Amino acid sequence: MNINATLIGQSVAFFIFVLFCMKFVWPPVITALRERQKKIAEGLDAANRATRDLELAQEKVGEQLREAKTQAAEIIEQAKKRATQIVDEARDQARVEAERVKAQAQAEIEQEINGVKDALRAQLGSLAVGGAEKILGATIDRNAHAELVDKLAAEI
Amino acid sequence: MAAENASGYIQHHLQNLTFGRLPSGDWGLAHTAQEAKEMGFWAFHLDTLGWSVALGVIFVLLFRMAASKATSGQPGALQNFVEVLVEFVDGSVKDTFHGRNPLIAPLALTIFVWIFLMNAIDLIPVDWIPHAAMAISGNEHIFFRAVPTTDPNATLGMALSVFALIIFYSIKVKGIGGFIGELTLHPFSSKNIAVQVILIPVNFLLEFVTLVAKPISLALRLFGNMYAGELVFILIAVMFGSGLLWLSGLGVVLQWAWAVFHILIITLQAFIFMMLTIVYLSMAHEDNH
Repeated sequence: MNINATLIGQSVAFFIFVLFCMKFVWPPVITALRERQKKIAEGLDAANRATRDLELAQEKVGEQLREAKTQAAEIIEQAKKRATQIVDEARDQARVEAERVKAQAQAEIEQEINGVKDALRAQLGSLAVGGAEKILGATIDRNAHAELVDKLAAEI
Repeated sequence: MAAENASGYIQHHLQNLTFGRLPSGDWGLAHTAQEAKEMGFWAFHLDTLGWSVALGVIFVLLFRMAASKATSGQPGALQNFVEVLVEFVDGSVKDTFHGRNPLIAPLALTIFVWIFLMNAIDLIPVDWIPHAAMAISGNEHIFFRAVPTTDPNATLGMALSVFALIIFYSIKVKGIGGFIGELTLHPFSSKNIAVQVILIPVNFLLEFVTLVAKPISLALRLFGNMYAGELVFILIAVMFGSGLLWLSGLGVVLQWAWAVFHILIITLQAFIFMMLTIVYLSMAHEDNH
């Protein structure tokens, strides 16, 4: 219970322990702690960012999907339109062609008819004149009656 | 030690193993309390120094082991344990001490753990370590006190070290003039210079007592608590020596109860010593007047 030099020894030991602790114990432990805190904070940050990124990506995917669908619908629509157009065009063309062929055929027929008519008319004229000659027994002046014969032929 | 009477047993338990100059002029161990007292100031309590240094070495080696392998990745069991203490002390320091001083936190950690370890020796039954010392030294009457903090030299040694730090940082932060001004110009001050000069001794008396009370109260609080706790343990141990069965039985219960209660006390006292050290040093760093 006496106060003596023990307290000096105790003080010296105390300072030595404190200095040792300050130099060799505290810094590594506190550095490790701070680093771990930083790591955890960064990890949480990264997780948050990843979640946000995922949300964004999902949104983008949805948007792109919608866009693709609209585009596909548009393309189909266009294709249908084009198809009807092609069919219509083909039909029109066919019709025109048919008309043309028909017109040509008709023209040819007309032409032939006219030819035949002309030939018939000429033959009929001479037949009529021959007949009349035979009936009248006299030769009709062909030139004098040409007008009449032509008129007759035209009437047929 | 039941062979002696109870007061002899108690007194024997309260005597340190003292090394100093014997009346014959040689250096050696004191054989009686009287002899130890006559050694004067230049004597050493070998038991106090031995145990405190041994426990301090255990503390620094254990913590150094954890610190050298400290990783910011997954910590092991030892590192985890050390980190809990370090974070706890770091938090206490950050709450109280607002300056920047790399010494304060390690100082607080050392104080807390070291005092805790020294106090914890109190939980070992009072006769075990002295008996072991007797067996090892072969001396039936060797004095041996195992708990360093029940020795006022130990607590005063630490408190005076803290006091030295208080003075050092007061002067370092505020300058000698500032420190002296703090001691002499408050709490009473006056615009009138003549009145101020008269007030200086009054202020100095008040502030000086306040200043000196810090280490004294620091040392005596720890010492008082641990000494009283030790004394209660010794008194309970006397019950075992009574030879009466019911008294011994009661002693067992009391010993257990007091030890459980003491777990709280040793932790609390270590914490209080640490906190007050932080507070005092924080005050030394601040110009609060």
